[in-house]
Amino acid sequence: MASVTLDNIQKTYPNGFKAIHGVDVEVKDGEFLVLVGPSGCGKSTLLRMVAGLETVTDGSLKIGEREVNNVEPSKRDIAMVFQNYALYPHMSVYANMAYGLKIMGLGKAEIDERVKNAASILELTEEQLERKPRELSGGQRQRVAMGRAIVRKPSVFLFDEPLSNLDAKLRVQMRVEIKRLQESLGITSIYVTHDQVEAMTLGHRLMVLNGGNVEQLGTPLELYEKPASLFVAQFIGSPAMNIVDTKMHENGNEVTIAQNVSLALGGGRLKDRAGQALKLGVRPEHLVISEEGANTLPLIVTLVEHLGADTLIHGHFGDDKTDLTVRCSGTQSVKVGEKLPITASLDHIHLFDPATEKRIEF
Amino acid sequence: MLKRVHFEPSLLPYLLVLPQIVITIVFFVWPASQALYQSLLVEDAFGLSTQFVWFENFEELFADPHYWDAFQRTFLFSFLVAALSMASALLLAAMADRVIKGSGFYRTMLIWPYAVAPAAAGALWFFIFDPTLGVMPYILQFFGYEWNHKIYGNEAMALVIFSAAWKQIAYNFLFFLAGLQSIPKSLIEAAAIDGAGPGRRFWTIIFPLVSPTTFFLLVVNVVYAFFETFGIIDALTSGGPANATQILVYKVYNDGFVGLDLGGSAAQSVILMGIVIGLTVVQFRFVEKKVSYQ
Amino acid sequence: MIENRPFLKFIEHLVLILGVLVVAFPLWMTFVAATHDAARMGQVPLPVLPGPHFFRNLDVVLNEGLWGGDGSGVGYMLVNSMIMALLIAFGKIVISLTSAFAIVYFRFPFRMGFFWLIFITLMLPVEVRILPTYEVVAKLGMLDNYWGLTVPLIASATATFMFRQVFLTIPDELLEAARIDGAGPFRFFKDILVPMSRTNIAALFVILFIYGWNQYLWPLLVTTDQSMYTIVMQIGRMLEGAEEAPQWHLIMMTALLSVIPPVLVVLFMQKLFVQGLTETEK
Repeated sequence: MASVTLDNIQKTYPNGFKAIHGVDVEVKDGEFLVLVGPSGCGKSTLLRMVAGLETVTDGSLKIGEREVNNVEPSKRDIAMVFQNYALYPHMSVYANMAYGLKIMGLGKAEIDERVKNAASILELTEEQLERKPRELSGGQRQRVAMGRAIVRKPSVFLFDEPLSNLDAKLRVQMRVEIKRLQESLGITSIYVTHDQVEAMTLGHRLMVLNGGNVEQLGTPLELYEKPASLFVAQFIGSPAMNIVDTKMHENGNEVTIAQNVSLALGGGRLKDRAGQALKLGVRPEHLVISEEGANTLPLIVTLVEHLGADTLIHGHFGDDKTDLTVRCSGTQSVKVGEKLPITASLDHIHLFDPATEKRIEF
Repeated sequence: MLKRVHFEPSLLPYLLVLPQIVITIVFFVWPASQALYQSLLVEDAFGLSTQFVWFENFEELFADPHYWDAFQRTFLFSFLVAALSMASALLLAAMADRVIKGSGFYRTMLIWPYAVAPAAAGALWFFIFDPTLGVMPYILQFFGYEWNHKIYGNEAMALVIFSAAWKQIAYNFLFFLAGLQSIPKSLIEAAAIDGAGPGRRFWTIIFPLVSPTTFFLLVVNVVYAFFETFGIIDALTSGGPANATQILVYKVYNDGFVGLDLGGSAAQSVILMGIVIGLTVVQFRFVEKKVSYQ
Repeated sequence: MIENRPFLKFIEHLVLILGVLVVAFPLWMTFVAATHDAARMGQVPLPVLPGPHFFRNLDVVLNEGLWGGDGSGVGYMLVNSMIMALLIAFGKIVISLTSAFAIVYFRFPFRMGFFWLIFITLMLPVEVRILPTYEVVAKLGMLDNYWGLTVPLIASATATFMFRQVFLTIPDELLEAARIDGAGPFRFFKDILVPMSRTNIAALFVILFIYGWNQYLWPLLVTTDQSMYTIVMQIGRMLEGAEEAPQWHLIMMTALLSVIPPVLVVLFMQKLFVQGLTETEK
């Protein structure tokens, strides 16, 4: 058991490309941290630096109290689950799990006990232990890859997009298993994914990366409720948050969304932004269809998606036909071409500075 | 070329390449540079003195009508071996690609000559065409043809071409068959629905699509005919009669080991090396192209 | 696909059967010749069906040799050929595996230089540089022994390139997983790379065994001591003698013996053989 401390970690490749611009985080003992972001954001590089597969250009990396910047992967007391499993194809499942232990120099009995134990945790049968990886299904291979990590009894688990090669149904199932496993073993884990649903459901905390920079670090709900930037706002949540260009009224008290439609913030809280353009964000699930009235947005419906439990209504409003998506619970009998009055409550409105793309508190 | 992930630098990689590098230097680079050097020397008949003569050996070679004969002969030989072997292999492969029953049996029965040593292949055909006892001359006699490759140069040439092509059919057959089988079945089916019969399909669809294989095999066959037929020729005709089957590789050996003309033999080696390098470059250009089109 | 052309089907099989017959004809005649006695083999026309003397001829060839020869058989030549073929195949595989490993998995000064040096061997077949290579081997005192027979033929760009190709297709994550498991270069090579390449190794072995067994010119040059002769070079020597005293039943028995081992390898390891042939040409 150990914490992982990253102190101003940076990565520059020999060709001059800067992949990581300086990351600070302390992953607490037993915590599950998820690194999430689009491809090329540096999340895998960061994880591989923790594993010792990439060198650290600058900064300090500690596992527990020990600085490990120059320690070999096998000496870092970590275990890693790879995206494509990276199982040795010519070895049986048992031998795959036992290989690292053998190199560690453990005795036969000890190895056997650990492998059998991991197999029972992961519900791998005796017979499956004797098979070759290629004779197993995708989900079973994933279990073996985790088994190989568990038997090492590491201080830290590292997961590099372990579920991305599985089909949708299996992915949900394995996600639950990983969560349960991490909680029962209580081992500090760092998990890389580009899938925001996976990130939200698995992590105690999430680190959203973009272009080698940390956009936000926080619990799933913090990210959902108070996204620190436009990027996080649009990355977390599905369908993505609606973003609308607006203008702050000269009184600093209300924003104009469309002709004749404005939203009062109350109390004149953003006086210093008076007259400025702003980006307004609101999640589809926070828009409601209301009665025809003064301050409603007239949405022209262009597409309706029936998901069963929910209905997604796509449409646009205003002269510049700004796109908007509304999520309603249950089934709705809405037709394409219909005009719907839409409102949103003030609690669920997010404002962002168009230049810095940072959140504006109000 | 190199893995993204690799091991730390150490002495180990040098130790790992050492055996290969030592053998290459001692048995490839050294002899090749010796050949280069010797090609510029003349040695007297008793091996007592040598003289540096620049390109005199080469000048002498190019002025020698025998050498030009050998050159032309080699090209004719290579062309005919490649053409004969590839044409029969393509015919057989096209048939084998079509048959469903027995294709495994046919394949097995057609590929084994690859394993026969060139010298042994020479012996097999030597026996069959032996002018006094052989089966073929006996049969030809009924048609009023007197076969004797020990006297007639053209017949000797035909015999070595035939034997060399025979041995290479297996190789060409395998590659043509693989090329044919890699053509998507849907293309053939589309052509069939368009109304093209089997013969038309072969010439308009199948043959153009195996042309990369054909070109690759052409280079391989020329290399084979140039350099790997020594055993066949030595066993069958020893370059005779009257040098009628002496190709360049055989002449290098003959002038060097039998005629003891070191400078001349070395100069011939150098020219042959030039030819191999040229063929290798052609082949690699082709491989590169194939890769970039994928 | 439905195609009702019975005549075409007939032609297909006819062409293939004729092809098989032409290809097999010389081997059949060889076998037939090896089953008759000297008297029958001196009469025209020669027989086309096997006779009763196969085992006697075999015994003579293995233990006595040609009449008028030195009286020793060719048994030991088969052994020499086997040793030469195995040494060449093993040697090529070992040095190609290690050098491909170094070139693919290490970054070190002169890496590309070594790569090009190995590449050169592709351009210099032994037939081309025959005389100077012979001189080098003679200078090193390697005539008339197994070293001289095999070592100069062992360097191989083709095999190195093939293993390089195989290694490049092995995913990087496997090396990373091995490093996390604590495996160093040696262990990675022994426990992961070599076992993972074993079918490629076997396929290459088939091709190289045939290559080694069939060597003719090189053994002819570097062996003068009869105890080092190989079976393939013996054929050439017998044919030279065939002018004066044709003992076709024995010569063809010898040819048969020289052909059988590599042909059996091709027939029984056909899959590996085809794989090896196509892989080395990549």
